Order: sequence, then C-alpha cells, then structure tokens
Amino acid sequence: MEKFTKLTATATPFPRVNVDTDIIIPAKHLKSIKRSGFGVHAFETVRYNADGSLIEDNVFDGPKYKGSKILIAGDNFGCGSSREHAPWAIADLGFRCIIAPSFADIFAGNCVKNGILTVALPQDAVDALVLAAEAGHQITVDLADQTVMCGNAHYEFDYNPAHKKMLMEGLDEIGQTLTSKAAISTYEHKEKLIMPWLYRA
Amino acid sequence: MPKTMYDKIWDMHVVEERGNGNALLYIDRHLVHEVTSPQAFEGLRASGRTIHRTDSIIAVPDHNVPTKDRDQPNPDPMSTAQLAALDANAKEFGLDYIPMDDVRQGIVHVVGPEQGFTQPGVTLVCGDSHTSTHGAFGALAFGIGTSEIEHVLATQTLALKKSRNMRVTVTGELPVGCSAKDVALAIIGAIGTAGGTAHVIEYAGPVIESLSMEGRMTLCNMSIEAGARAGLVAPDEKTFEYLKGRPYAPKAGQWEAAVECWKALRSDEGAVFDREVVIDGSEIVPLVTWGTSPEDVVPVTASVPAISSFADRNKQEAVKKALDYMGLAEGQPITDIQVDRVFIGSCTNSRIEDLREAANVIKGRKVADNIIAAMIVPGSGLVKEQAEAEGLDKLFLDAGFEWREPGCSMCLAMNPDKAGPGEHVASTSNRNFVGRQGPGARTHLVSPAMAAAAAIAGHFVDVRNF
Repeated sequence: MEKFTKLTATATPFPRVNVDTDIIIPAKHLKSIKRSGFGVHAFETVRYNADGSLIEDNVFDGPKYKGSKILIAGDNFGCGSSREHAPWAIADLGFRCIIAPSFADIFAGNCVKNGILTVALPQDAVDALVLAAEAGHQITVDLADQTVMCGNAHYEFDYNPAHKKMLMEGLDEIGQTLTSKAAISTYEHKEKLIMPWLYRA
Repeated sequence: MPKTMYDKIWDMHVVEERGNGNALLYIDRHLVHEVTSPQAFEGLRASGRTIHRTDSIIAVPDHNVPTKDRDQPNPDPMSTAQLAALDANAKEFGLDYIPMDDVRQGIVHVVGPEQGFTQPGVTLVCGDSHTSTHGAFGALAFGIGTSEIEHVLATQTLALKKSRNMRVTVTGELPVGCSAKDVALAIIGAIGTAGGTAHVIEYAGPVIESLSMEGRMTLCNMSIEAGARAGLVAPDEKTFEYLKGRPYAPKAGQWEAAVECWKALRSDEGAVFDREVVIDGSEIVPLVTWGTSPEDVVPVTASVPAISSFADRNKQEAVKKALDYMGLAEGQPITDIQVDRVFIGSCTNSRIEDLREAANVIKGRKVADNIIAAMIVPGSGLVKEQAEAEGLDKLFLDAGFEWREPGCSMCLAMNPDKAGPGEHVASTSNRNFVGRQGPGARTHLVSPAMAAAAAIAGHFVDVRNF
C-alpha cells in the first residue's frame, strides 16, 4: 500500500450531502474482477450526460480542478454499499485525501486499506475549504501532525492511531496480523471448548 | 459492570487488545458472493496465502444472477465471467458452495439464516453492507470491503475499532397494516441516515419482541441505512425455534448447550447505552420515501415536504436536487404519485412472510394497466418452493405479477432487471439512491403490502383501507 504522510495539492469541491457509493460508482460497473479501471465510471451521473458525453464544467473533468488530489465533500460521505470499488474509483481519479464533515463507517475503513486519508472536520471548516478549493488555493494535509493548513487557516483533526500507523508506514495489514498467529490459535482452542458447534469436526 | 449484548459479543471475540478501543477480533462466519470477492481471492493467490478456516464460509452467487431464462446462456459476458470466478474460487479453495442451479441458492442474507449458518453470539461478515440483517439472531454481523474479505480469509480476524452502543426502543403495539419495513423506515426518518454512524444499534421493546424472525431481519437489514454498521435483536424462543433443525444449526447433543449460551447474550439489566432513542410503535403508519435518501420518508397519507421545511442549508440543496430527480413537486400528495413498476424482493423483503403479506393484499384483483411490470423475486430457491407449495405463485401470476428466480435483482440493477429513466418504482428494497434501480429510475421504498397495493391501484394507496 502507498504511504500517506503529508500532501500539498489543490482540491476539488463536491460538498453534496449523503453522497452514496452508488453515486461514487454505480452497481452496473461492479462486474469487473479487477481492482483497477473504475475511475472512468466514477461519479458517472455527475460527469456524463445520458448519451455518454461529458457534462460541461463538471468538477471532476473541467480544467479548473485538474491535478487536484484532495476532495472536499459533504456530510455522511460514502454512505450505502460496502463496495471497495468506491475508494478504488476515487483513487483512480487521482485523489489521496477526502475532507468532509463525516464519513460512513465502512467507506472510511475501505479508504484506509487503499492509502486514502479521510479527514473529518466541522462543517464551517469544510465550508471554508470549499471556498479555498474554488479559489484554486493549495491545501496541505499533514497526517503526522493531524493538521490541515490552507493560507492562514489551520485545522486539527482526530484520527484513529491504528489507521495512522498503517497509512504512514504503508503496512501490509494481513502480513502484520499473521504475526499474531499464536494468539489466533489460542483463541480458537478456547472458543472450540465453549462453542464447539461452530467448528467442523 | 452490566454489559450490553454488543459488549458481550465483542469481548468474547477479542484476540488481541490494541488500545484506544482497537482490537483484533475473531470472525466466526463469512458469507461470500460473486461481486466483492474475486479481487480478494486474487490477492490470496498473488501473495501465496491460504484460507485459514474453510468451514467458516458459505459462497453463493446472488447480485449478478439472472432471475429468468436460466437455462439460456447469460448474454452478459462480464456477468458470466464474474459468476464463473466465484465458481472457480469456491472449488479451488474447497468452500461450501451453493451454485445457481441449487434449490438453496438465493440472496446471501436470506440463505445464511435459512441454512442455520447465522447463529446468536457469532461474529459474521460478508462483503455486503446489508450483512447487518443477521443481527436479527443476536449475531454481530456487518458488511466489509474487499480488502477486509481477504484479511478474514487469510487470518479469520479483523482489526477493528469498537463502535458505540445505541438502543432503539419501539414501544406500544404496531397497528394493523404496518410491518417491520415501516418500523425500519420510521427509525431512519427519525434519526437520519447518519444517525447510527459509529454505533451498533440494539433494537428493543414490545414491538421488536412481537416481530417474527423475518420481520427482525427486515429491521436489522436497514440498520446500515440508519448509518449503523450492525443491528442487534436479543435472541429469544422465536430465534431458537427458527434455527432448530436447520443444516448448520447445532445438532442434538449440542443444542441444549447452545441455547444456554445464547440465552446469556441479552443485554444486562442496567447496561448503559451511549445513545437511547424511543419510538412509539403505536404511532407508526405505512411509509413511502419521496426522495433519494432513505431518510426522505413520509406517511402515505402525507405530501411531499416543502424545501423550506428543512433547516439545514445543505439538506435544502439536496432536497431540491432530489425533487428534481424524482419529478415531484413540493406539497404533492403521496397518493397522487403514479407508479410505473413494482419490485417485491431484495434482502430486505423477499422472505416467505413478505410474500404472504403481499399476496394477502391482492384479494382477486389485478395489476393496474399503467404498470409496466410488477415483479416478485423470492429471496431463495427454498422461499420460492415454499411459496409455490402455498399457492402464492399462482395468486401472483393470476393477478398479473411476474414470478422470478431468486437473486438481488432490481434492488441494485446489476443484472437485466432494471427500471427505465423517469419511471416511478414501488420497491420493497432498501435504497432509493439516484440510479440505483437503473439510470434515471425513481425509487420509492415501501413495505411488501404497500408495494402490492400500489401495483393494483397504479399509484400509492394506504394499504390500511385497501
């Protein structure tokens, strides 16, 4: 997994509330058995007309926000389905960080696994960052310090220390967990005595 | 210290404490379907890892399967490839696998309970957010992403942060004409789609106790629409009765011990919840969603709300967009909304009781002429078989409904079952998101009885006087 430590970039404003994972990537595009190639379909209803042509001035394709790596989003971002295709699609568009008032739990968890930092900030801070994004200002997100800086503005954010370690070190989580093999095996011995019906003889 | 049911199941499954509420949690049960698993199996192969415990897994295709003409070749090559990948992975890794032509095939969240695979006190995961369904049995069940699927396959654990405890108590008695779906929508309407974020919801109170297992599944299913990754109902005699004798349930000799163990799961007297919500169940009425979020819900007797009735500026903006998408006007009575298509199915409402509830409404009447199609999609082959044994299929077919093969179908429109642009759908599914049932499709979430009534009337009607 790609590490995330500190990022300075322009941002794309998309402050709509309750953006669900069907908006991020519609179900009809989940038939691929690969992890890549979802970006072209990301935010499809926001980016394309019914005939497949690009919607002019949409924030994801217009020249204004080209090269931005931060998405400024609305409250409850990523609600709905557990599809990890959503963060895959967002990463495919070039985003490494999403800032919003709140995130749905499963989506936020899926982002960590894909090297995407989700930053929850109060609504007024997000509103200010939307304006900064629209003005083309650079935003700096520093995970080590857990701060977002933009011009003179400075915001601190909470972040789960376990996830911080994973992102900052770009850890292989399964490899890490497998170092706890003995503890897992001890657990199974214990559970097998209490609930033997959960184990095939 | 008194513990909640969630505390108990969590504590029981901790393999390693990791501080700040983080722990490595043991996972007992894993349901696998074709859409979110191929990349996980591929990851295992690429890293040369194996599956830790194959006896913890059932694999079954559901999202992408056709619901008719199954004897014909699937015309969609990508669907075919995805279904073939599940088949190949299940065989390669030696999983318990229910293929499409097996009578037990169906939606994972119908199949798990039906097979007795879902049990009280277990941790159960699936790469699908509606895994919350299984909480109806007092299982800690939640949806996971594909990286987590791979993690569970390889290690039988997940690194998780413990959620907060929330209790939703539904008091009184549910009025005639209302069902578990209305209870779920009423709760979401009250607390919003982010109301349960970072919480596990325990449902309690007389209305919950009075619900059948099917009803409890409907309710827990939509916990995710309230933002909660998991919902829970305390197991009771109904739970034990439902499970007894099912293929994966504890066998004679272990059954008594299992029931004893399950009885100890309920929240202790005096257990503290971080958040408590009380809803008067006697006040619940049949509900219909009008917007593009499940929290956009009103009684069937009401009208589409005014934009100005929402205090939050961002929500006002969202409502404006939603009304535009839905082709509805502020103040328009819900019963004036003409319905074009009806879908009765999904992991929310495709069980035998749901089909009986829909069938009861028909009373010899026919689907209205303006309905393009009214589709019944049973949740599993066994539900379908049971319904046919009760003659429900004939009742539906005579009334002009279609009777399909089991699968997720038009809940998410991955397969050919979809609604056209601009069509209003009375749907028993769980999400009314933009484009969820097809590009431009306008979904209204309702109970099975309300959907059947809408099919006959051609518009929404109050099923209490129908």
